[in-house]
Amino acid sequence: MIKYAVSDSLIITKRQLLQLIRVPEVLIFSTIQPVMFVLLFRYVFGGSISTGIPGVDYVQLLMPGIFVQTVAFTLAGTAVGLAEDMQKGLIDRFRSLPISRSAVVFGRTLGDGALNIVVLAVMGLAGYAVGWRPSSGLFNVLLGFAFLLLFGFAMAWVGVLIGLSVRSARVANAAVFIAVFPLTFLSNAFAPTTGMPKALQYFAEWNPVSTMVAGCRELFGLQNIFGVTANSWPSQNPLEMSLIYMVIIMAIFIPLSVRKYINTASK
Amino acid sequence: MINPIKVFETPNDLAKIGIAGIINPKPTATRKEIEVNTATSLGRSLKGDLNLILSQAFLAMRNWQERAKITTIGQVKAVIAENLIKTYDKGKVRALDGLSLDVEEGTVLGVLGPNGAGKTTTVRILATLITPDSGRATVAGIDVIKDPGKVREVIGLSGQYAAVDETLTGWDNLTMFSRLYHLSPSASKKRAGELLEQFSLTDAAKRPIKTYSGGMRRRLDLAASLIVKPKILFLDEPTTGLDPRGRIEMWEVIQGLVKDGTTLLLTTQYLEEADQLADEIAVIDHGKVIARGTSDQLKKEVGGERLEIVAEAKDLQQVAEIVGKVSGGKVVVEEGSRQVSAPVTTGSRALIEAVRSLDDLGIHPLDIALKRPSLDDVFIALTGHVAEEKKSEELEAAQKRGRRK
Repeated sequence: MIKYAVSDSLIITKRQLLQLIRVPEVLIFSTIQPVMFVLLFRYVFGGSISTGIPGVDYVQLLMPGIFVQTVAFTLAGTAVGLAEDMQKGLIDRFRSLPISRSAVVFGRTLGDGALNIVVLAVMGLAGYAVGWRPSSGLFNVLLGFAFLLLFGFAMAWVGVLIGLSVRSARVANAAVFIAVFPLTFLSNAFAPTTGMPKALQYFAEWNPVSTMVAGCRELFGLQNIFGVTANSWPSQNPLEMSLIYMVIIMAIFIPLSVRKYINTASK
Repeated sequence: MINPIKVFETPNDLAKIGIAGIINPKPTATRKEIEVNTATSLGRSLKGDLNLILSQAFLAMRNWQERAKITTIGQVKAVIAENLIKTYDKGKVRALDGLSLDVEEGTVLGVLGPNGAGKTTTVRILATLITPDSGRATVAGIDVIKDPGKVREVIGLSGQYAAVDETLTGWDNLTMFSRLYHLSPSASKKRAGELLEQFSLTDAAKRPIKTYSGGMRRRLDLAASLIVKPKILFLDEPTTGLDPRGRIEMWEVIQGLVKDGTTLLLTTQYLEEADQLADEIAVIDHGKVIARGTSDQLKKEVGGERLEIVAEAKDLQQVAEIVGKVSGGKVVVEEGSRQVSAPVTTGSRALIEAVRSLDDLGIHPLDIALKRPSLDDVFIALTGHVAEEKKSEELEAAQKRGRRK
C-alpha cells in the first residue's frame, strides 16, 4: 500500500506537469506575474524606499521579499485547481478509484511545489538582470531556494483545505487573496518594518512571511533590520523560526486536508 | 410468536437492544455475544422468553449475511441496497427515505425518477462516495460501508458530468486513469489504445478534451470507468444533456457493454432510455422505490401508448366514437382543448385505422398522434401526481450545503 501511496501521488503530480505542457499559457502567465512584480517594485518604489542600510540597494532587500511572496501564493494555484476538479466531478472519480486516500492531495501539493522551481529560476534571472547580487556564495543561495520551495509546499496545504472547502474556483481565488495578501504586505517583504506603528511591528516581524524573508536575506548575504522585536528569539533566528512555522502549518493542514478530501463530495 | 413489545417492558428496551447489536450487529457477532451485550445494556439478566426473541433476531442477522455470501459464491445479486436513509441539513431534507433495491448479476437495472428523487444519492452511496445515515448495501457481496476500498476495486462509475481532465488529451486521461488502477505503464498504454478504439475516439486521442463534443466527452468518461473491466458499472444519467444523436450513440455503446455481460445500474429521467437499456426498472420518488418491474409491466400499469386526436368542436362526438372503436379502452374527451384520447395496444396500426375511419367520414383532425408514455405518465399512474421538480432544487441546494460541511 505504501508503494502505491507514493506512485499514485506521483501519477497525480505527472498529470499536473502534463497540463503545463498541454496548456503552456499557465506556466507563462504564472512566471510573468512575479517578474512584473520585480520590475514594478524595483523601478517604481525602489527610488523612494530607503533600505536603512548604507550602501545597499533596494533591489537586494526586495528580491527575497518577492521570492517569499510568490511562493506564499502557491496556495492560490492549489486551491483554484482543486476547486475546479471538484466542480467538474473529477474529485468524485478519483474518490471512486482504488487509490491511496492521500494520493490526490499529495500529488497536487508536490506538483504545485515543483512548479515553483521554474518560477523561482525565472525570477532569479529577472532579479539578476535588474541588479540583484547575492553575496553569500552558491551553497547559501541554493539553500535559500530550498527553503523557499519547502515554504511553497507547506503553503500549498493551506490551499488544499481552501480549495476543497469552497463552492467554486472563483470563490477559492477570492478566499486565497484575503488570506495571503495581508500576510505578505503586513511584513518586512517590501519595506523595512521600522517605519510601521509599534504595535504593528510585532505582527509584521513575527509573521511567517517575515521570518522567511529575514531568513532568506541572511542566506543571500544581507542583514535584516528589525524594529521592536530585534532582541527576540524569532528575529535572531529567523530560519529556525521559519522551519517551526512550516512544521506547524503542515502538522495542522496535512491531516485536515486529507480528512477533508476523504469526507468531501463534489458537484 | 411472542410480541416483543410485551416481553420488553418499554420500547426503550427495544432501542437498547438495537444498540446492543441486533439491528446493526457486528458481522462476526455470535449469539452468545449478542445475549451478553443485550443483558448489559438492559441492566438485568435475560429471562427465558427473551432468548426466543434473541435467537430470532440472530437468525435475521445471519440471513442478511447469507444473502451477502450468496452474492459472492452463487453470483446471484450483484448489488443489494436495504433500507438506505440519507438526510441533509440535519435531517430536514430526506434524500433517501428507506430505499431498497437489488440488481441481479449480468442484468441492467434502470433507476427511473425525476430530479431530486434520490437517484444520484443512491449511486453515490453504492460507489462509496458518501455513507448513508442508516441501512446497508453490498456490491459484489462486499459491504460498501465496512469495506469501501474493496468495493472500489470492482466497480466503475460514470457520473452526470464528464469527470475527466479537460486540459489533457483523451490519451493522457486514459493512461493516467489506467495507472491509477495500478496497471503497469505499458499495460496502461495498451488499455488506453483499446478503449479509444472501442469507443471510436482513436482519431481524437491526441486532442484536448476541451475540443470534444458532449457525446465524445461522455464516451471518454465511460471508457475511463471501464479500464479494469469492472464487475459492476454505475452510470448516473449517462445521456442527460446530450443531443439526440449523442444519446443514440451512447445507447449503442451501453448496449454493447451489456451484451458483454456487465452488470449495470443506470439512472435516468427518461422512460424511453430505461425502456431501451434496462432489463428491469425501479421507479423512485422522494427517496423510495415506488414501483418495480420490467418495462412492459410498468407500461401495462401506465396504460402503454395513447392515441390522441385534436379536432374541431363539432366533430368531437364522432371522433370519440372512432377512438373508442379503435382503442377498446376508456376514452377521455377534453372539451376545452378539443382533445380525444384513449389507450391503444396495437401501436401504429391503431393510428392508421383511426385515420382511415376519420377520412371515410370526411373529418379533418387538427392533430393526430400516438403518444408513448412519458415519465410524467408513469408518475401520474403510480403516484397520482406529476414528477415534482421544485422539490428537487431544494434538495440539491441542501445536498450542496451538506457536502461542504
